[in-house]
Amino acid sequence: MGKERVAVVGIGQTHHTAVRGDVSIAGMVREAAQRALDDAQMTWADIDAVVIGKAPDFFEGVMMPELYLADALGAVGKPMFRVHTAGSVGGSTAIVAQDLVASGVHRRVLTVAFEKQSESEAMWALSLPLPFQPPMHAGAGGYFAPHIRAYMQHSGAPDHIGILVALKDRRNALKNPYAHLHEADITFDSVKDSMMLWDPIRFSETCPSSDGACALVLTDEAGGDACAARGGNPAWVHGTAFRSEPTMFAGRNQVNPRGGNDCAADVYRQAGITDPRREIDVVEMYVPFSWFEPMWLENLLFCEEGQGWRLVEDGVTRMDGDLPVNCSGGVLSSNPIGASGMLRFAEAALQVRGHAGEHQIDGARRALGHAYGGGSQFFAMWVVAADKP
Amino acid sequence: MPELVLPDRLRGVEPVRSIRTPARLDYEFTAGRATSRFLRGVAEKRLLGQRCPVCRKVYVPPRGACPTDGVPTEEEVELGHTGTVTTFCVVNVQFYGQAMELPYVSALILLDGSDLPIMHLLQEVSADDVHMGMRVEAVWVPDDEIEPTLESIRYFRPNGEPDAPWDSYKDNV
Repeated sequence: MGKERVAVVGIGQTHHTAVRGDVSIAGMVREAAQRALDDAQMTWADIDAVVIGKAPDFFEGVMMPELYLADALGAVGKPMFRVHTAGSVGGSTAIVAQDLVASGVHRRVLTVAFEKQSESEAMWALSLPLPFQPPMHAGAGGYFAPHIRAYMQHSGAPDHIGILVALKDRRNALKNPYAHLHEADITFDSVKDSMMLWDPIRFSETCPSSDGACALVLTDEAGGDACAARGGNPAWVHGTAFRSEPTMFAGRNQVNPRGGNDCAADVYRQAGITDPRREIDVVEMYVPFSWFEPMWLENLLFCEEGQGWRLVEDGVTRMDGDLPVNCSGGVLSSNPIGASGMLRFAEAALQVRGHAGEHQIDGARRALGHAYGGGSQFFAMWVVAADKP
Repeated sequence: MPELVLPDRLRGVEPVRSIRTPARLDYEFTAGRATSRFLRGVAEKRLLGQRCPVCRKVYVPPRGACPTDGVPTEEEVELGHTGTVTTFCVVNVQFYGQAMELPYVSALILLDGSDLPIMHLLQEVSADDVHMGMRVEAVWVPDDEIEPTLESIRYFRPNGEPDAPWDSYKDNV
């Protein structure tokens, strides 16, 4: 039995913001799911199974939220799965949903990812004291800042590269009505002069804390054909991959992790891509701190090691460049952590469907969605395209 | 839906949108054989690592097995109290539950003879003067305060030696 072709026929997200005080977690995930169903022209009854993902339960302090969200997601009496892979979870959740369709187990799967950071303490949850260790931890920024410094030193990248990425993504977000931050007044100098939170990471080079959810409806080939027949422009999945590696081992390269390299090589091979820089039209990558854009450009094999910052400096990753990155504004403009990876996957699909609105890249036919999590150790990626594989 | 009628005493009261419920978790932590041995060494002001018999890498604190080769690391290696700052950050951000005074320098320090840096505090130096490759030494708490924890090293400080060359630690950043 061959692998079933998989299509993305419905995409929904909430307007990401600091506090969604008007809805509970259940109301928020249902809002994204309802939008995805509307886009797919389906009802709750059409869905065979639900796959849900979020960051660790420690964040909101709700254990196994998938159980109480079953009602809100129309999953009562249907198979429901939960995926856990830290910050990359939105990506790996979509991949698990994809696998359920590709394997022929289900025909129509709803997948949802979320975070309600206003009801959680992410900095605290990521800074727990470890037994017998000094209490040094200072959130994700405290973990990643030393590795960013190592990248700057190793590559010789000038200080302003991180500023250019932040400026680009925040300006792109002005074209995305769902983005959390809409900073119309942002300038190079305002980023440069913002506070050093975890030197070398500035405040304006850091993602916000957001409430938000994202949902996708995935179908088999017949579902994709039906979507195409009514002019719904499905996005076809051409490859999916995940990889992980331990947090600590001697000789581990945390700037350019092997797990990310291998994951990218695998997803390109599945999609028949040999020159990603030329063959991929648009990229949505997980950039929670601005310096991760040049670092991931290298890790994802878009250029030689040490050269990613030059692509940023040359404007290659701007919307008018030849490899636009994070046209949606990316994680730097919206970070509902558990949903952030799925938003990358969703935005990649929106681009190849031609549904990205003001941040659409004209003629985008093939896109990469990327997510990472933990201490740069969990990776999830997919390649989607306007044409069938 | 039936109409909700509030009692008089709740008329005009601001609706509750959320409540704050601090959570607390206390747990027993079993360090395991390798880490227990390391911590007992710390209580005697000794830093004991373990070497992998296959890749020859030295882990400190040891976990009892090599994550790369999946074999027990039984050979014990005593390390000096000096090392190299492979990289670092300066923490200026305030957050709930924080135990450290701001700003502080959080450094990854590769102890001489080991192959994986530990994260520790760097002091007795201005944050502006800290740099990659800086040579540092451990400053211990007074002998009568030493406990089996890495907090028995109060911090690291520069030891005045010339910087380590990039090539000597680039694989451990």
